[in-house]
Amino acid sequence: MAGLSRSDVEHVAYLARLGLSAAELDRLQGQLNHILDQYAKLAELDTDAIAPTAQTIELENILRDDVVTPSLSQAAVLANAPQREGAFMVVPPILGGDAS
Amino acid sequence: MTPDLTSLLAHEMSAALRAGEVSSRELASAHLDVAERQNHALNAWLVIDRAGALAQADTADAKLARARAEGGAALGALHPLHGIPVALKDLISVEGGQCTAGSRILEGYRAPYDAHIVEQLRAAGTVFIGKTNMDEFAMGSSNEYSAFGPVSNPWDLDTVPGGSSGGSAAAVAAHHVPLSLGTDTGGSIRQPAALCGIVGMKPTYGRVSRYGIVAFASSLDQIGPFARDARDAAALLHTVSGRDARDSTSAPAPVPDELLHLPDSDDEAVAWLRGRRLGLPREYFVAGMDPDVERRIREGVAFLEDAGAHVEEVSLPHTDYGLATYYIVAPAEASANLARYDGIRYGRSERLEGADFIADYLATRGAGFGAEVKRRIMLGTYALSAGYYDAFYVKAQKVRTLIKRDFDEVFASGIDALVAPTSPSVAFRFGARTADPVAMYLSDACTLPVNMAGLPGISVPCGLSEGLPVGLQLIGPAWSELMLFRAARAFEGLTANAAWRSLAPRDLSLADDSSGPTPTQRAAALAGSV
Repeated sequence: MAGLSRSDVEHVAYLARLGLSAAELDRLQGQLNHILDQYAKLAELDTDAIAPTAQTIELENILRDDVVTPSLSQAAVLANAPQREGAFMVVPPILGGDAS
Repeated sequence: MTPDLTSLLAHEMSAALRAGEVSSRELASAHLDVAERQNHALNAWLVIDRAGALAQADTADAKLARARAEGGAALGALHPLHGIPVALKDLISVEGGQCTAGSRILEGYRAPYDAHIVEQLRAAGTVFIGKTNMDEFAMGSSNEYSAFGPVSNPWDLDTVPGGSSGGSAAAVAAHHVPLSLGTDTGGSIRQPAALCGIVGMKPTYGRVSRYGIVAFASSLDQIGPFARDARDAAALLHTVSGRDARDSTSAPAPVPDELLHLPDSDDEAVAWLRGRRLGLPREYFVAGMDPDVERRIREGVAFLEDAGAHVEEVSLPHTDYGLATYYIVAPAEASANLARYDGIRYGRSERLEGADFIADYLATRGAGFGAEVKRRIMLGTYALSAGYYDAFYVKAQKVRTLIKRDFDEVFASGIDALVAPTSPSVAFRFGARTADPVAMYLSDACTLPVNMAGLPGISVPCGLSEGLPVGLQLIGPAWSELMLFRAARAFEGLTANAAWRSLAPRDLSLADDSSGPTPTQRAAALAGSV
């Protein structure tokens, strides 16, 4: 299995939305490649005819009645928000710096 | 009444409460005292809630007094755990309380509601002593990855208690509580139970609702009990089990009431073993295992055989692929679950002036997560990324099918339960496995296949190796928790007179010294000496 290059590690960190220092990226490159080496073992197994298992107990179609049930109050939901304005959470701008 | 209330088992406390020999307040006070006194040395607790616990205890006492006034039937109707102190791993939501999951990213967060199991524990009348330390987001096998410092093992303060539920296990082993709750994604209940010399069970996937529990890997996570004997652990499992519409994976499987009535008599417990078929999976006794741990396990197996169980060697041929499979599936699910920590709705938040929102995410998550969590998010993101999804994630899910099939075939052949080591070693020293992530991951080689297959497994104390506890693991088919508890109780009966049974954790007296080193200082000293 091909190893992860330093720029691969940077790309994955960006996909994962992890801001990592250069030292962290260096360390992770070595560690991730070491762990990926362990994964290579799975290639020994022929799994072409094997169905994947996503969960282990055979529950299907768990449905509930479509009725209104109590939910958290607005105050309870907002209580943990890092930035609030009135009854709203403040989110960062997503349309670029000039949009406002 | 014995002066040391903390040495009682939960079912003994329950009897004493009913007999009016002790109050729930006295029980809570005694446990709070020792927890507060020893937390400097052990760091098992992230919160010790004296006021809250005493208020719950007073409520329990008032209800006891009313029941006593009404007469015997009302006393009998009280829940077996009424008035009993319990500890909760700090990823279990208790309304209004902290729930850090061992992470800085959830520092300051207050849970807006009770977890399902907290509702059940409240209904039973239990008393919450506090929240226990853990590896960050339950990722780890030593509790060294907690953002709030490591936990010492009460058997040897220079060693780890195991993880990720290290605080829950250490608190029970040190008699800070008779009962605690943890979660087990790859061994996080059973392995610390083994390393701390107590009982810990991971139930069948779906047995206990995860509503209100911080998620790690959703196809693997399961909640379970710690206790100092099988009867207590079974009663706690009974209390928290059952279908809950708010966790669609919680199953409508019946919860047997016999969990509350395991035999008190050792002879009766042991008699259950006669004619049972126990399988010894040969792949769990391999190179790399501590030979003295293997000796303890084989001695335990010989006890079971002498009591009339049929023990035969069996094979779980895909065991060796478990580690790689687990370390694809669990990080993949974790990377998705932990995407919710965005610094906008709750938790730590870094907002950079004039930067775009992605820069805010990068800063929040880069600062909020610890090294192991970052490692797993990176692994999972990579395994799920375009071009690698089939090669890693789908491949791992297919191998998971093979691992599950191994277990299915063994149980279909008439084996009642599998007997194996819980951990390939006893408690290890601080720092021994932190330098190499794979060495740490190998700590769970004997437990994680059980999560991959969704099965129940229990670890019970099985003697000492070089003065440190060894855990024997029993694994059963789905929904066989009652059978596993019967087997565990039988094993307790068989070893009731063993010398190690009467030993308290050997460093417990040292833990009383609040001028000695903390676990963080011990870990630093050991790191310096390497």
